[in-house]
Amino acid sequence: MLKIKDLHASINGKEILKGINLEVKPGEVHALMGQYGAGKSTLSNVLVGHPAYEVTKGSVTYNGKDLLAMSPEDRAHEGLFLSFQHPVEIPGVSMVNFMRAAVNEHRKYKGLSALTASEFLKLMREKRAIVELDNKLANRSVNEGFSGGEKKRNEIFQMAMLEPTFAILDETDSGLDVDALRVVAEGFNKLRTPETSALVITHYHRLLDYIKPDIVHVLYQGRIVKTAGPELAQEIESRGFDWIKREVE
Amino acid sequence: MNNNHNKSGLSTPLHYREGQGGGAATQYIDLFAQCEAMICKHSAEALNSLRAKAFENFKRLGFPTRKVEAYKYTDVSKLFAPDYGLNLNRLDIPVNPYDAFKCDVPNMSTALYFVVNDRFYTATSDELQTTNGNRPNGSLVARSSSSIPDNILLGSLKEMAELHPDLVAKYYGKLADTGKDAVVALNTMLVQDGLLLYVPKGVVVEKPIQLVNILRADVNFMVNRRVLIVVEEGAQVRLLMCDHAMDKVDFLATQVIEAHVGAGATLDLYELEETTTSTHRFSHLYVQQEADSNVLVGGITLHNGLTRNTTHVTLAGSGASINLCGMAIADKKQHVDNNTFIDHRVSDCTSRELYKYVLDDSATGAFAGKVLVREGAQHTSSEQTNRNLCVTREARMYTQPQLEIYADDVKCSHGATVGQLDENALFYMRQRGISEREARLLLMFAFVGDVVDSIRLEALRDRLHLLVEKRFRGEMGKCQGCAMCK
Repeated sequence: MLKIKDLHASINGKEILKGINLEVKPGEVHALMGQYGAGKSTLSNVLVGHPAYEVTKGSVTYNGKDLLAMSPEDRAHEGLFLSFQHPVEIPGVSMVNFMRAAVNEHRKYKGLSALTASEFLKLMREKRAIVELDNKLANRSVNEGFSGGEKKRNEIFQMAMLEPTFAILDETDSGLDVDALRVVAEGFNKLRTPETSALVITHYHRLLDYIKPDIVHVLYQGRIVKTAGPELAQEIESRGFDWIKREVE
Repeated sequence: MNNNHNKSGLSTPLHYREGQGGGAATQYIDLFAQCEAMICKHSAEALNSLRAKAFENFKRLGFPTRKVEAYKYTDVSKLFAPDYGLNLNRLDIPVNPYDAFKCDVPNMSTALYFVVNDRFYTATSDELQTTNGNRPNGSLVARSSSSIPDNILLGSLKEMAELHPDLVAKYYGKLADTGKDAVVALNTMLVQDGLLLYVPKGVVVEKPIQLVNILRADVNFMVNRRVLIVVEEGAQVRLLMCDHAMDKVDFLATQVIEAHVGAGATLDLYELEETTTSTHRFSHLYVQQEADSNVLVGGITLHNGLTRNTTHVTLAGSGASINLCGMAIADKKQHVDNNTFIDHRVSDCTSRELYKYVLDDSATGAFAGKVLVREGAQHTSSEQTNRNLCVTREARMYTQPQLEIYADDVKCSHGATVGQLDENALFYMRQRGISEREARLLLMFAFVGDVVDSIRLEALRDRLHLLVEKRFRGEMGKCQGCAMCK
């Protein structure tokens, strides 16, 4: 489904990713772990086409298509979704208008007609329930004045609305208390199907208690240095990253 | 030049000398000297009585150069230099505004009137439908209209000045000082007609009044229009003025509005400009507020050529409050210049000012806002905000907020920003599948949202949300939904 080959990427001329190789098959959940500065967020930003990052080498294909050749919006239309580490506040743009524009552009890409106002509101209501997102929040401007937990909940709500085939959760657990973490993770699990895949980026194990990964990777200095089953996350939880660093060096 | 007009007395400024200091002014000085009798003959005493002084002031001032602080960003003498026709002999302009202009702000039940160039057309469009669109009875006074209370006066300033000379003389020219601004002096010198709105003490006009100003001419044309608004103690009225230009010729329109707002009175005044890229508008609005009066001014430039709006608010009575909001959307080579001055003369007054510009292509915008808090104007609360969005590198915005305070117990703030669209927000939206263009539109639309929301007329607010969206989408070259612009 997603094939990353020898991916190098830089920002402001500084190379962050130094040859990433990764393949995710349909239905799989991969966890990507690593310390600050390892390049985790860079990888997620490069995959969704953030204009600040430059790919200097390598390739990424998604369902056989050249992902790097697509605009960010077309990557979204093809089923890629990023739950942002820091969701942006957009004052003056209501959640309703924002989501309606997004949903209808997805539909247009698939050759479907736009939803009517009542169809759209019905969809909003259904999907809101999945992450227990308050109606009050849905009527506000995008993320404006939302708490950290509400922002993350809102990300999963948007994921529910857009039904992506590949979701990247970029430190979705950061800034969440235990209850919010559970709601967000359970919301994510409800949205999974045998065809959908995910890349879960985190420092900690606790998110992986709720979202069970099939494969765990450790990113260090722009490369994947270790790949194993879910037990690797456990080991990192108890032993930290230093032993891996020592292995590499 | 249209012969018909010419023969029957369409006047043209004479002896224009290009490139000389005061050259632009000279043609108007000569014009007035030659045509004074004709101008006066077709106007009323109250208007005529101020011409001589205005003429003296105009000769003394000449048009301001860009060295004059207040006109730093708009080159007045250049704009007044070309040849424009004037209809000083008051010929009937061959137009039926009711046929030409069918648009209204929908769902908004307004009492609708028209001013073609500077001539007021009486009665509402509804009433006119039964008279085949002819100007009924030759009357230019809308006193008996069913849409507005009997005791308010609404109609041609000239006619009103003849019918109620004392009333007009009491207020006319009392706020607009011809000694300080050449364009005001020019307007006062040449103006022959316009509008009077008089709401007597305690009268509440429920229905908003909508006035559609239409510029109509076959040749490059100058219009000088005057609006006098008197809202007496405790009275309430809402007035919406929409500016349109019907022809592709160059228009130069000067307008002076004087609004006297009595104690405890409320005035909502909205100006919506939807003209053409060849229309030059110079508008001066003077508002004087007595104690506990409440005024909202909304100035919206949706489509224009060059616009200069000068707004001068005097808070003369304790407890008065003014809410001044403005918005400009400009692209191509459009130019919008708002110059505002709020004078806190007495204590316990409130002013809130919010202006937002969105400039695309090579558009230029200017905002100069001065708030003066005089000695003794304690407990003044004043807030001024100017925020601007330059969508391209070529767009230019000049902003100059000024605050002068001579009292020590006041709460004042001001701020101005010029920025670009938030790149992080753009990317966030694109990640959700929204195209870059659509994302930009959503952000621009959001940017001006709070100005639109300041409007206290719900139907107008809804209409503006739509118009603004269409304007950003480029679906509106000019006015949307009215017959004459199609």
